Amino acid sequence: MRPFLYQRATDPDMAVQALGAAAAANNPLTQATAQPLAGGTTLIDLMKLDVMRPTAIVDINPLAQGWSAIEPDGENLRLGALAKMSDVAVHDEIQRNYPVIANSLKLAASAQLRNMATLGGNVMQRTRCSYFRDVSYENCNKRNPGSGCAAMDGVNRMHAVLGVSDQCIATYPGDFAQALIALDATVEITGRSGSRSMPFAELHKMPGSSPDIETTLQPGELISAFTVSGRWPRSVYLKARDRQSYEFALSSAAIALDVQDGTIREARVALGGVATVPWRAREAEALLKGQRFDDGLAQRAADAAFADARGRRHNSFKIALGKRVVARALQQAVTMEI
Amino acid sequence: MPDNSSSRPSGFDRRAFMAGAAGSALVPMTARAAAQDPRAPAAQDPSAPVDVTLHVNGKDRRLRIDARTTVLDALREHMGLTGSKKGCDHGQCGACTVLIGDRRVVSCLTLALAAEGQEITTIEGLATDDRLHPMQQAFVDNDAFQCGYCTPGQIMSAIACVKEGHAGSEADIREYMSGNICRCAAYPNIVAAVKQAAPEILKG
Repeated sequence: MRPFLYQRATDPDMAVQALGAAAAANNPLTQATAQPLAGGTTLIDLMKLDVMRPTAIVDINPLAQGWSAIEPDGENLRLGALAKMSDVAVHDEIQRNYPVIANSLKLAASAQLRNMATLGGNVMQRTRCSYFRDVSYENCNKRNPGSGCAAMDGVNRMHAVLGVSDQCIATYPGDFAQALIALDATVEITGRSGSRSMPFAELHKMPGSSPDIETTLQPGELISAFTVSGRWPRSVYLKARDRQSYEFALSSAAIALDVQDGTIREARVALGGVATVPWRAREAEALLKGQRFDDGLAQRAADAAFADARGRRHNSFKIALGKRVVARALQQAVTMEI
Repeated sequence: MPDNSSSRPSGFDRRAFMAGAAGSALVPMTARAAAQDPRAPAAQDPSAPVDVTLHVNGKDRRLRIDARTTVLDALREHMGLTGSKKGCDHGQCGACTVLIGDRRVVSCLTLALAAEGQEITTIEGLATDDRLHPMQQAFVDNDAFQCGYCTPGQIMSAIACVKEGHAGSEADIREYMSGNICRCAAYPNIVAAVKQAAPEILKG
């Protein structure tokens, strides 16, 4: 790990000033010379690997007092960005009214990491692409823009089949973000010129021709909270992986439904483990809306979700697996008792 | 991780003894410590050592360390507390698990500076004078290890697992202990140990 200056941010202004001053001269944000430290489970790991090389660390944990509240008010939900994954996962009202959120968090990482990692840091978690994480590979367009992509013709079993470009096929690794995508969440952002909000779906950027730019956050900006409108008791997170616990998704689905008298009034489908960003499967949702559920409908929705998928040498199995995960998750959501 | 700290390992321990017995192993650290002037670290020099007080097993420990030092390295290299083990050093294996407050965390991904002011409990802080902690005793009773390298992390994790209320069934224990890898695969006996100790720990 390279040397860095350690600084504690005692209020949000101090944090965004310290981060913004260093970030302004840098593009992209992930290579900014000053990086915020929350749980540290991604940042410290990537600094040890020499993938991230900040010269200043701004510890934002002292902001937790104002930024870690879990606030379901009966109709809507607000989650502070510095809330710990473990605390949100076991919260009674989250489990009851937002099971897709609770389960996406419970099925992620390990108990230790969930105790450390924050919601804001979790959505900013960086890809587990082994060529990105191993700096002995020169060619990684995310780390070294323009250098090529070792994963294209390398061992790409874990890589993405949706949202890929000819520059990058790295998978977005998280779970919680899929729940936020499915629930149409809003993200609150604090920066040097105050706060702003935007749909969470606009936070992550597909790789396109610049895989090194991963989010739309501006220099010095920090995620301060997430909000969700309404309650979603009929929602599930289903995760298929190589091990039963403590493993990243090969394929996952976040499903939220509103079913009345056997008819699907509202359907939300988000996919994980298979895409370069937290993925909303709107084609699948369109097929489901207004219909009565049966296995054929689930299959057609799953097919639609993966209609544009592009597999490579080792990861084509994710298309077949992903469809089954979507169909099974839909089945679970329809039949769950609420 | 390179560690330029000028802090010296404190107290007698096997590592310090073996390093000393090996002859010149301690010389570079002494030389480096002498070359730095600890009274005047340059304010903006990221390589300058920093002062931190860690509260470990009920005692305050004042250290002068490199900002890069993790809690794990602070424990092992600067305090002589080598019970917490360095397995992967990337938060994947759980061998370095300690409690910060009442939460189990991986100490290898926790900066010592970020842990200042918080209560840290390690495997060395569990036993009283003549009595093992119930979880330690349960690991002995159930033969819940072979090589023992993962054991301190398993025990710290298991205590938190019980207190969190996640030891109600074997399935829960397996799920909530999945962050601690045992390459000897002593898992069935670890589950048995957690089950044995849970009632006593919950009783208080």
